[in-house]
Amino acid sequence: VRLIVNGKKRKVRVPPMTRLLDTLRETLGLTGTKEGCGEGECGACTVLIDGEPVNSCLVPTCQVEGREVTTIEGLSRRKGRQARLLRAFVDEGGAQCGICTPGMILAACALPRGATRERVRVGLAGNLCRCTGYEKIYRAVEKGLTRR
Amino acid sequence: MIHAEQLTVLRPKRLSEALALLRDEGPLTPLAGGTDLYVGLNAGTERAQRFIDLWRLEELRHIRLTDGKRTLELGALTTFTDCIRSKKVVRNLPILAEASREVGGAQIQNRGTLAGNIANGSPAGDSLPVLAAADAIVVLRSAAGEREVPLCEFYTGYRATVRRPDELIVRVRIPLQRGRQRFRKVGTRAAQAISKVVMAAVGDRVAFGSMGPTVLRATRLEAYLRTGGGEVEEARRALAEDLHPIDDVRSTAAYRLRVAQNLVGDWMRERRPG
Repeated sequence: VRLIVNGKKRKVRVPPMTRLLDTLRETLGLTGTKEGCGEGECGACTVLIDGEPVNSCLVPTCQVEGREVTTIEGLSRRKGRQARLLRAFVDEGGAQCGICTPGMILAACALPRGATRERVRVGLAGNLCRCTGYEKIYRAVEKGLTRR
Repeated sequence: MIHAEQLTVLRPKRLSEALALLRDEGPLTPLAGGTDLYVGLNAGTERAQRFIDLWRLEELRHIRLTDGKRTLELGALTTFTDCIRSKKVVRNLPILAEASREVGGAQIQNRGTLAGNIANGSPAGDSLPVLAAADAIVVLRSAAGEREVPLCEFYTGYRATVRRPDELIVRVRIPLQRGRQRFRKVGTRAAQAISKVVMAAVGDRVAFGSMGPTVLRATRLEAYLRTGGGEVEEARRALAEDLHPIDDVRSTAAYRLRVAQNLVGDWMRERRPG
Protein backbone atom coordinates (compact mmCIF):
# COMPACT_ATOMS: atom_id res chain seq x y z
CA VAL A 1 0.00 0.00 0.00
CA ARG A 2 1.36 3.43 -0.96
CA LEU A 3 0.36 6.36 1.19
CA ILE A 4 1.65 9.69 2.42
CA VAL A 5 2.36 9.83 6.14
CA ASN A 6 3.18 13.20 7.67
CA GLY A 7 4.15 14.58 4.28
CA LYS A 8 6.45 11.68 3.30
CA LYS A 9 5.64 9.05 0.69
CA ARG A 10 5.66 5.61 2.30
CA LYS A 11 5.18 2.12 0.96
CA VAL A 12 4.09 -0.58 3.40
CA ARG A 13 3.61 -4.30 2.92
CA VAL A 14 0.74 -5.26 5.19
CA PRO A 15 -2.41 -7.36 4.76
CA PRO A 16 -5.03 -4.98 3.26
CA MET A 17 -7.45 -5.29 6.17
CA THR A 18 -4.77 -4.37 8.73
CA ARG A 19 -6.03 -1.51 10.85
CA LEU A 20 -4.42 1.82 9.97
CA LEU A 21 -3.61 2.07 13.70
CA ASP A 22 -1.47 -1.11 13.54
CA THR A 23 0.23 -0.05 10.32
CA LEU A 24 1.20 3.26 11.91
CA ARG A 25 2.36 1.79 15.21
CA GLU A 26 3.79 -1.60 14.27
CA THR A 27 5.01 -1.16 10.70
CA LEU A 28 5.98 2.51 10.66
CA GLY A 29 6.95 2.79 14.34
CA LEU A 30 4.77 5.87 14.89
CA THR A 31 3.64 5.04 18.41
CA GLY A 32 2.26 8.50 19.17
CA THR A 33 -1.14 7.24 18.01
CA LYS A 34 -2.73 5.33 20.91
CA GLU A 35 -5.18 2.46 21.06
CA GLY A 36 -8.05 2.91 23.46
CA CYS A 37 -11.38 1.18 23.16
CA GLY A 38 -11.32 -0.36 19.68
CA GLU A 39 -14.97 0.68 19.28
CA GLY A 40 -14.82 4.25 17.99
CA GLU A 41 -15.89 5.67 21.33
CA CYS A 42 -12.73 7.10 22.85
CA GLY A 43 -10.87 8.83 20.02
CA ALA A 44 -7.38 7.98 21.36
CA CYS A 45 -6.45 6.57 17.94
CA THR A 46 -7.54 9.70 16.04
CA VAL A 47 -5.46 10.61 12.99
CA LEU A 48 -6.25 12.87 10.04
CA ILE A 49 -6.92 11.44 6.58
CA ASP A 50 -6.72 14.28 4.02
CA GLY A 51 -7.22 16.66 6.93
CA GLU A 52 -10.34 15.03 8.41
CA PRO A 53 -10.26 13.23 11.78
CA VAL A 54 -11.00 9.48 11.81
CA ASN A 55 -10.58 6.63 14.28
CA SER A 56 -7.58 4.71 12.93
CA CYS A 57 -8.64 1.53 14.79
CA LEU A 58 -11.68 1.33 12.46
CA VAL A 59 -9.92 2.03 9.14
CA PRO A 60 -8.49 -0.71 6.93
CA THR A 61 -5.05 0.23 5.60
CA CYS A 62 -6.10 -0.53 2.00
CA GLN A 63 -8.54 2.41 2.14
CA VAL A 64 -5.76 4.98 2.65
CA GLU A 65 -4.00 4.06 -0.59
CA GLY A 66 -2.81 7.36 -2.07
CA ARG A 67 -4.22 9.37 0.85
CA GLU A 68 -2.44 11.74 3.18
CA VAL A 69 -2.33 10.61 6.79
CA THR A 70 -1.31 12.98 9.59
CA THR A 71 -0.35 11.69 13.04
CA ILE A 72 0.70 13.57 16.14
CA GLU A 73 4.35 13.14 15.08
CA GLY A 74 3.61 15.08 11.89
CA LEU A 75 2.38 18.30 13.48
CA SER A 76 4.58 21.31 13.06
CA ARG A 77 6.31 22.45 16.23
CA ARG A 78 7.58 25.63 14.69
CA LYS A 79 4.77 27.62 13.21
CA GLY A 80 1.13 27.99 12.44
CA ARG A 81 -1.97 26.70 14.13
CA GLN A 82 -0.53 23.24 14.86
CA ALA A 83 2.39 24.70 16.77
CA ARG A 84 0.05 27.03 18.68
CA LEU A 85 -2.16 24.10 19.66
CA LEU A 86 0.81 22.05 20.88
CA ARG A 87 2.15 25.06 22.82
CA ALA A 88 -1.27 25.76 24.34
CA PHE A 89 -1.59 22.17 25.61
CA VAL A 90 1.76 22.58 27.40
CA ASP A 91 1.00 26.04 28.77
CA GLU A 92 -2.54 25.25 29.93
CA GLY A 93 -1.73 21.83 31.40
CA GLY A 94 -3.94 20.18 28.79
CA ALA A 95 -2.29 16.78 29.28
CA GLN A 96 -2.49 14.59 32.36
CA CYS A 97 -1.73 10.90 31.72
CA GLY A 98 -1.31 11.68 28.03
CA ILE A 99 -3.14 8.76 26.42
CA CYS A 100 -5.96 10.89 25.04
CA THR A 101 -3.73 13.86 24.21
CA PRO A 102 -2.62 13.03 20.64
CA GLY A 103 -6.23 12.29 19.66
CA MET A 104 -7.49 15.46 21.33
CA ILE A 105 -4.93 17.60 19.51
CA LEU A 106 -5.62 16.02 16.12
CA ALA A 107 -9.39 16.39 16.55
CA ALA A 108 -8.77 20.04 17.51
CA CYS A 109 -6.71 20.52 14.31
CA ALA A 110 -9.89 20.00 12.28
CA LEU A 111 -11.76 22.80 14.10
CA PRO A 112 -12.11 26.27 12.63
CA ARG A 113 -10.01 29.11 13.96
CA GLY A 114 -11.70 31.08 16.72
CA ALA A 115 -14.06 28.20 17.57
CA THR A 116 -16.37 28.90 20.51
CA ARG A 117 -16.45 26.71 23.63
CA GLU A 118 -19.61 25.04 22.33
CA ARG A 119 -17.99 24.32 18.96
CA VAL A 120 -14.91 22.91 20.74
CA ARG A 121 -17.10 20.66 22.91
CA VAL A 122 -18.89 19.30 19.84
CA GLY A 123 -15.62 18.90 17.91
CA LEU A 124 -14.05 16.91 20.76
CA ALA A 125 -17.20 14.91 21.56
CA GLY A 126 -15.54 11.84 20.06
CA ASN A 127 -12.55 12.05 22.40
CA LEU A 128 -12.70 10.81 25.98
CA CYS A 129 -10.27 11.72 28.77
CA ARG A 130 -10.18 9.22 31.62
CA CYS A 131 -8.40 11.74 33.83
CA THR A 132 -11.42 14.01 33.17
CA GLY A 133 -9.21 16.99 32.52
CA TYR A 134 -11.70 18.42 30.06
CA GLU A 135 -11.70 21.96 31.40
CA LYS A 136 -7.97 22.41 30.80
CA ILE A 137 -8.18 20.62 27.46
CA TYR A 138 -10.96 22.95 26.27
CA ARG A 139 -8.98 25.96 27.50
CA ALA A 140 -5.89 24.74 25.64
CA VAL A 141 -7.83 24.17 22.42
CA GLU A 142 -9.53 27.56 22.62
CA LYS A 143 -6.19 29.25 23.17
CA GLY A 144 -4.56 27.28 20.35
CA LEU A 145 -7.34 28.24 17.96
CA THR A 146 -7.45 31.92 18.89
CA ARG A 147 -7.40 34.19 15.88
CA ARG A 148 -4.24 36.22 15.59
CA MET B 1 -5.07 -6.70 17.53
CA ILE B 2 -7.07 -8.32 14.76
CA HIS B 3 -5.79 -11.15 12.61
CA ALA B 4 -5.72 -9.19 9.38
CA GLU B 5 -3.67 -11.88 7.62
CA GLN B 6 -6.73 -14.16 7.77
CA LEU B 7 -8.97 -11.61 6.08
CA THR B 8 -9.32 -11.07 2.36
CA VAL B 9 -10.84 -8.09 0.64
CA LEU B 10 -11.84 -7.46 -2.96
CA ARG B 11 -11.58 -3.86 -4.07
CA PRO B 12 -13.68 -3.05 -7.15
CA LYS B 13 -13.42 0.40 -8.74
CA ARG B 14 -16.83 0.41 -10.38
CA LEU B 15 -20.30 -0.55 -9.22
CA SER B 16 -20.82 -2.99 -12.11
CA GLU B 17 -17.61 -4.76 -11.11
CA ALA B 18 -18.74 -4.90 -7.46
CA LEU B 19 -22.10 -6.43 -8.39
CA ALA B 20 -20.42 -9.05 -10.61
CA LEU B 21 -18.08 -9.97 -7.74
CA LEU B 22 -21.01 -10.33 -5.35
CA ARG B 23 -22.73 -12.63 -7.85
CA ASP B 24 -19.69 -14.73 -8.76
CA GLU B 25 -17.43 -14.66 -5.71
CA GLY B 26 -19.95 -14.44 -2.86
CA PRO B 27 -20.68 -14.54 -0.07
CA LEU B 28 -18.79 -11.32 0.59
CA THR B 29 -19.43 -8.89 3.41
CA PRO B 30 -19.76 -5.29 2.20
CA LEU B 31 -17.31 -2.86 3.80
CA ALA B 32 -17.71 0.92 3.57
CA GLY B 33 -16.52 3.25 6.37
CA GLY B 34 -15.88 0.30 8.71
CA THR B 35 -17.32 2.04 11.78
CA ASP B 36 -19.55 -0.93 12.63
CA LEU B 37 -17.60 -3.74 10.96
CA TYR B 38 -14.28 -2.99 12.65
CA VAL B 39 -15.93 -2.78 16.06
CA GLY B 40 -16.93 -6.42 15.51
CA LEU B 41 -13.52 -7.36 14.13
CA ASN B 42 -11.72 -5.70 17.05
CA ALA B 43 -13.97 -7.44 19.56
CA GLY B 44 -13.63 -10.80 17.82
CA THR B 45 -17.39 -11.08 17.33
CA GLU B 46 -17.38 -10.58 13.53
CA ARG B 47 -17.03 -13.99 11.91
CA ALA B 48 -16.82 -12.91 8.28
CA GLN B 49 -13.40 -13.29 6.63
CA ARG B 50 -14.10 -12.23 3.05
CA PHE B 51 -15.03 -8.64 2.34
CA ILE B 52 -15.81 -6.35 -0.55
CA ASP B 53 -14.59 -2.78 -0.14
CA LEU B 54 -17.07 -0.26 -1.53
CA TRP B 55 -15.23 2.87 -0.42
CA ARG B 56 -13.85 3.64 -3.89
CA LEU B 57 -17.22 3.47 -5.69
CA GLU B 58 -17.64 7.17 -6.46
CA GLU B 59 -20.92 6.33 -8.23
CA LEU B 60 -22.43 5.82 -4.77
CA ARG B 61 -21.36 9.23 -3.45
CA HIS B 62 -23.92 11.87 -4.30
CA ILE B 63 -26.71 13.95 -2.86
CA ARG B 64 -29.22 15.29 -5.38
CA LEU B 65 -32.78 16.39 -5.92
CA THR B 66 -34.70 14.46 -8.57
CA ASP B 67 -38.27 14.17 -9.90
CA GLY B 68 -38.56 17.93 -10.37
CA LYS B 69 -37.04 18.53 -6.90
CA ARG B 70 -39.69 16.37 -5.26
CA THR B 71 -37.30 13.61 -4.20
CA LEU B 72 -34.07 13.79 -2.24
CA GLU B 73 -31.69 11.09 -3.38
CA LEU B 74 -28.71 10.08 -1.26
CA GLY B 75 -26.00 7.75 -2.54
CA ALA B 76 -25.17 4.74 -0.40
CA LEU B 77 -21.75 6.11 0.58
CA THR B 78 -23.11 9.46 1.77
CA THR B 79 -21.42 9.99 5.13
CA PHE B 80 -23.00 11.67 8.13
CA THR B 81 -20.56 14.56 7.61
CA ASP B 82 -21.88 14.85 4.03
CA CYS B 83 -25.45 15.06 5.41
CA ILE B 84 -24.46 17.75 7.91
CA ARG B 85 -22.66 19.84 5.27
CA SER B 86 -25.20 19.41 2.45
CA LYS B 87 -27.46 22.40 1.81
CA LYS B 88 -29.90 20.09 0.02
CA VAL B 89 -30.26 17.98 3.17
CA VAL B 90 -30.35 20.93 5.57
CA ARG B 91 -33.06 22.69 3.51
CA ASN B 92 -35.25 19.72 2.69
CA LEU B 93 -34.81 17.23 5.50
CA PRO B 94 -33.18 19.15 8.34
CA ILE B 95 -33.82 16.37 10.86
CA LEU B 96 -31.49 14.10 8.87
CA ALA B 97 -28.68 16.61 9.39
CA GLU B 98 -29.71 16.87 13.03
CA ALA B 99 -29.65 13.09 13.48
CA SER B 100 -26.29 12.90 11.69
CA ARG B 101 -24.77 15.26 14.27
CA GLU B 102 -25.81 12.79 16.97
CA VAL B 103 -24.01 9.87 15.36
CA GLY B 104 -20.82 9.43 17.40
CA GLY B 105 -18.18 12.16 17.19
CA ALA B 106 -16.65 13.83 14.15
CA GLN B 107 -14.39 10.81 13.59
CA ILE B 108 -17.39 8.50 13.16
CA GLN B 109 -19.41 11.06 11.18
CA ASN B 110 -16.54 11.30 8.67
CA ARG B 111 -16.57 7.56 7.99
CA GLY B 112 -20.02 6.21 8.82
CA THR B 113 -22.40 5.99 5.87
CA LEU B 114 -26.15 6.15 5.52
CA ALA B 115 -26.36 2.78 3.75
CA GLY B 116 -24.10 1.27 6.40
CA ASN B 117 -26.46 2.48 9.11
CA ILE B 118 -29.37 0.94 7.18
CA ALA B 119 -27.63 -2.34 6.35
CA ASN B 120 -26.27 -2.85 9.84
CA GLY B 121 -29.85 -2.53 11.05
CA SER B 122 -29.14 -1.73 14.67
CA PRO B 123 -32.43 -0.88 16.42
CA ALA B 124 -30.53 2.12 17.82
CA GLY B 125 -29.27 3.46 14.45
CA ASP B 126 -29.77 7.21 14.79
CA SER B 127 -30.64 7.94 11.16
CA LEU B 128 -33.22 5.18 10.86
CA PRO B 129 -36.22 6.80 12.60
CA VAL B 130 -35.71 9.87 10.40
CA LEU B 131 -35.70 7.74 7.25
CA ALA B 132 -38.72 5.77 8.49
CA ALA B 133 -40.76 8.89 9.31
CA ALA B 134 -39.82 10.37 5.92
CA ASP B 135 -41.10 7.26 4.05
CA ALA B 136 -37.61 6.63 2.65
CA ILE B 137 -37.18 4.01 -0.04
CA VAL B 138 -34.10 1.79 -0.11
CA VAL B 139 -32.84 1.03 -3.62
CA LEU B 140 -31.16 -2.38 -3.86
CA ARG B 141 -29.19 -3.44 -6.88
CA SER B 142 -27.73 -6.73 -8.06
CA ALA B 143 -26.12 -7.72 -11.35
CA ALA B 144 -29.66 -8.74 -12.43
CA GLY B 145 -31.30 -5.39 -11.76
CA GLU B 146 -32.74 -2.93 -9.27
CA ARG B 147 -35.62 -3.05 -6.83
CA GLU B 148 -37.04 -0.57 -4.35
CA VAL B 149 -38.06 -1.43 -0.81
CA PRO B 150 -39.67 1.01 1.65
CA LEU B 151 -37.40 1.32 4.69
CA CYS B 152 -40.09 -0.01 7.02
CA GLU B 153 -40.30 -3.21 4.95
CA PHE B 154 -36.53 -3.56 4.71
CA TYR B 155 -36.27 -5.23 8.13
CA THR B 156 -37.63 -8.67 8.85
CA GLY B 157 -36.43 -8.86 12.45
CA TYR B 158 -33.55 -7.97 14.75
CA ARG B 159 -30.68 -7.03 12.41
CA ALA B 160 -32.33 -9.13 9.69
CA THR B 161 -33.10 -7.54 6.34
CA VAL B 162 -34.52 -8.43 2.92
CA ARG B 163 -31.18 -7.70 1.25
CA ARG B 164 -29.95 -10.73 -0.68
CA PRO B 165 -26.23 -11.56 -0.47
CA ASP B 166 -25.73 -10.52 -4.11
CA GLU B 167 -27.37 -7.12 -3.60
CA LEU B 168 -26.03 -3.77 -2.50
CA ILE B 169 -27.89 -0.74 -1.21
CA VAL B 170 -27.07 1.79 -3.90
CA ARG B 171 -29.11 4.80 -2.80
CA VAL B 172 -31.95 6.04 -0.65
CA ARG B 173 -34.87 7.96 -2.14
CA ILE B 174 -36.82 10.30 0.08
CA PRO B 175 -40.08 11.80 -1.24
CA LEU B 176 -40.14 15.37 0.06
CA GLN B 177 -43.30 16.18 1.93
CA ARG B 178 -44.60 19.18 3.76
CA GLY B 179 -45.09 19.22 7.46
CA ARG B 180 -43.01 20.12 10.43
CA GLN B 181 -40.11 17.92 11.32
CA ARG B 182 -38.90 16.88 14.71
CA PHE B 183 -35.95 14.82 15.93
CA ARG B 184 -35.20 13.90 19.51
CA LYS B 185 -32.56 11.55 20.86
CA VAL B 186 -32.34 10.57 24.50
CA GLY B 187 -29.15 8.89 25.63
CA THR B 188 -26.76 8.81 28.55
CA ARG B 189 -24.83 11.84 27.38
CA ALA B 190 -25.26 14.40 24.64
CA ALA B 191 -22.74 12.98 22.21
CA GLN B 192 -21.19 9.63 21.53
CA ALA B 193 -23.81 7.58 23.36
CA ILE B 194 -25.94 4.77 22.00
CA SER B 195 -29.50 5.98 22.30
CA LYS B 196 -32.15 4.82 24.74
CA VAL B 197 -34.99 6.42 22.79
CA VAL B 198 -35.00 8.17 19.41
CA MET B 199 -38.04 9.85 17.93
CA ALA B 200 -38.44 11.39 14.50
CA ALA B 201 -41.53 13.03 13.03
CA VAL B 202 -42.36 14.41 9.61
CA GLY B 203 -45.83 15.92 9.52
CA ASP B 204 -48.11 13.34 11.12
CA ARG B 205 -45.70 10.48 10.60
CA VAL B 206 -43.78 9.35 13.66
CA ALA B 207 -41.04 6.74 13.99
CA PHE B 208 -39.04 5.44 16.93
CA GLY B 209 -35.64 3.83 17.37
CA SER B 210 -34.39 1.67 20.25
CA MET B 211 -37.99 0.73 21.06
CA GLY B 212 -38.16 -2.71 19.45
CA PRO B 213 -36.11 -5.17 17.38
CA THR B 214 -36.12 -2.74 14.45
CA VAL B 215 -36.94 0.87 13.80
CA LEU B 216 -40.73 1.24 13.73
CA ARG B 217 -43.55 3.59 12.86
CA ALA B 218 -46.07 4.44 15.56
CA THR B 219 -49.07 3.45 13.45
CA ARG B 220 -51.76 3.71 16.13
CA LEU B 221 -50.50 7.12 17.21
CA GLU B 222 -50.44 8.24 13.58
CA ALA B 223 -54.01 7.00 13.06
CA TYR B 224 -55.12 8.97 16.10
CA LEU B 225 -53.38 12.12 14.84
CA ARG B 226 -54.92 11.71 11.36
CA THR B 227 -58.39 11.85 12.88
CA GLY B 228 -57.44 15.29 14.14
CA GLY B 229 -56.91 14.06 17.69
CA GLY B 230 -54.99 16.45 19.87
CA GLU B 231 -55.36 15.02 23.36
CA VAL B 232 -51.95 14.17 24.80
CA GLU B 233 -53.38 11.48 27.10
CA GLU B 234 -55.05 9.72 24.17
CA ALA B 235 -51.84 9.93 22.18
CA ARG B 236 -49.86 8.44 25.07
CA ARG B 237 -52.29 5.53 25.25
CA ALA B 238 -52.05 4.91 21.51
CA LEU B 239 -48.27 4.99 21.73
CA ALA B 240 -48.27 2.39 24.49
CA GLU B 241 -49.97 0.03 22.04
CA ASP B 242 -47.43 0.83 19.31
CA LEU B 243 -44.25 0.35 21.29
CA HIS B 244 -43.04 -2.72 23.13
CA PRO B 245 -39.52 -1.89 24.28
CA ILE B 246 -37.30 -4.23 26.25
CA ASP B 247 -35.08 -4.04 29.34
CA ASP B 248 -31.40 -4.10 28.42
CA VAL B 249 -28.03 -2.77 29.55
CA ARG B 250 -28.89 0.75 28.44
CA SER B 251 -32.32 1.17 29.89
CA THR B 252 -35.57 -0.42 31.03
CA ALA B 253 -38.77 -0.95 29.07
CA ALA B 254 -40.81 1.19 31.47
CA TYR B 255 -38.36 4.10 31.28
CA ARG B 256 -38.19 3.92 27.50
CA LEU B 257 -41.95 3.96 27.06
CA ARG B 258 -42.38 6.83 29.49
CA VAL B 259 -39.68 8.89 27.77
CA ALA B 260 -41.22 8.15 24.35
CA GLN B 261 -44.62 9.29 25.65
CA ASN B 262 -43.11 12.45 27.09
CA LEU B 263 -41.37 13.22 23.79
CA VAL B 264 -44.67 12.82 21.96
CA GLY B 265 -46.41 15.01 24.55
CA ASP B 266 -43.81 17.78 24.09
CA TRP B 267 -44.04 17.51 20.35
CA MET B 268 -47.87 17.69 20.34
CA ARG B 269 -47.92 20.74 22.59
CA GLU B 270 -45.43 22.46 20.26
CA ARG B 271 -47.52 21.60 17.21
CA ARG B 272 -50.60 23.30 18.57
CA PRO B 273 -51.33 26.46 16.68
CA GLY B 274 -51.23 29.70 18.61
